[in-house]
Amino acid sequence: MTAIPHASDLRPGFADPVLSGQAVYRAVLKGMSYPGRLQALPATVDAPPPLSPVAAGVLLALADLDAPVWLDPAGLATDDVAGWLRFHCGCPVVEDRATAAFAVLDATSAADLEGFALGTPEYPERSATLIIQVPRLAEGEGHTLTGPGIKGSTRLRAEGLPEGFWRALADNRLLFPQGLDVILAAPEGLACLPRTTIVSE
Amino acid sequence: MQPNDATQAQDTLDGYNFAYLDEQTKRMIRRATLKAVAIPGYQVPFAGREMPLPYGWGTGGIQVTAAVIGPDDTLKVIDQGADDTTNAVSIRRFFARTAGVATTERTTQASLIQTRHRIPEAPLTEDQILVYQVPIPEPLRWMEARESETRKMHALEEYGVMHVKLYEDIAHLGRIATSYDYPVRVNGRYVMAPSPIPKFDNPKMDMMPALQLFGAGREKRIYAVPPYTRVESLDFEDHPFEVQAWDEACALCGATDSYLDEVVIDDAGGRMFVCSDTDHCTQRTASREAAE
Repeated sequence: MTAIPHASDLRPGFADPVLSGQAVYRAVLKGMSYPGRLQALPATVDAPPPLSPVAAGVLLALADLDAPVWLDPAGLATDDVAGWLRFHCGCPVVEDRATAAFAVLDATSAADLEGFALGTPEYPERSATLIIQVPRLAEGEGHTLTGPGIKGSTRLRAEGLPEGFWRALADNRLLFPQGLDVILAAPEGLACLPRTTIVSE
Repeated sequence: MQPNDATQAQDTLDGYNFAYLDEQTKRMIRRATLKAVAIPGYQVPFAGREMPLPYGWGTGGIQVTAAVIGPDDTLKVIDQGADDTTNAVSIRRFFARTAGVATTERTTQASLIQTRHRIPEAPLTEDQILVYQVPIPEPLRWMEARESETRKMHALEEYGVMHVKLYEDIAHLGRIATSYDYPVRVNGRYVMAPSPIPKFDNPKMDMMPALQLFGAGREKRIYAVPPYTRVESLDFEDHPFEVQAWDEACALCGATDSYLDEVVIDDAGGRMFVCSDTDHCTQRTASREAAE
């Protein structure tokens, strides 16, 4: 985790950090505002694998020295990824998940959401935002979502997520106003599940 | 300015970052807005910056707008419903010069609307974001001065004091006399100050398709109402929430369904009622003239 990659091995960040950062933020804002709706990533990112371009774009737009990032030890916490984030975002890459503002997980390890910051009753915003890499997202099928930002109900299929993830998400919902917010990152774009979203079969 | 067309900014200022704020400040505000959307009605503290205009002129709204705005946006700014007042004109010009964005006075053409104390009469859509300028974000502040206490009250959902305040109105005056900044409950949880909009506008917040963001510069708070979210004005079963109504119609466009300002027009006590939303009034007048 501590090795610094050689500069010539370092992949680039956004071509235009200001305008791409704004565009990606707006996609995330729209995603959080309309949970379950797929938002395409309005920028191209040459992310260091196994970090996906969409997850990398979200981090480039939102992570910095005030927003520590935690990387899933099961695959994502490589020197390449950590070095790339440190260089482009200037963010601390932390090993203690409780201190992370953003946590990047692979779908396969998303059943265990214990230990991330949940905020406090007085300051519920001090909670982690999880960026979960999934192989595919599709609207109009899969789980039914209701809650703020959703007119009536909507459906979202997120592939590769274990059953335990959906159970953890239901528990997370009960903690409101505390709780985790989730950004699902797939090759086709991102979709969000803020803590207010109610997921049913 | 042509009322029908968005105006593209001519020249932008050199030496400033896009939309004035530095990138780290924008990221901080952006993260705050995302958490605000995830916790509807909860006030997220943020590290508000000093802006090149005084507190009370929309420093909170401007910081939110600066963090949200992009080159493809079309910005509309209103002050008490009007596009042509000092505050609205200077904020619109500020973003035209620092971000080079197109500006408009037409509600339907805007993708981003910054407002002081009104919600436009035209229904907003999913492709729009409404940014409110907020002077006092804490609805409980007049009853409890201590931030540590109001924070605890929100955490414990302890809102009885707000109903007592409304009840005292009824006891003294026979009705709820609060006519602006009328407290609302968002998604059945947080009691929220809708900023000093007239209570006439409160029903528009309920299940609005557009995202609503609130920025308080002096108090350094950001909060939000996501789209399609329940916003209920507090009331009592025997004293249900009511909005203002007028006996007059707008003297300029004849509207009977919009919020009217009373304007004194001479020294003899003469007065007229006109739409507070200037774009609404202009569009109605234009379509009436076109029909004639």
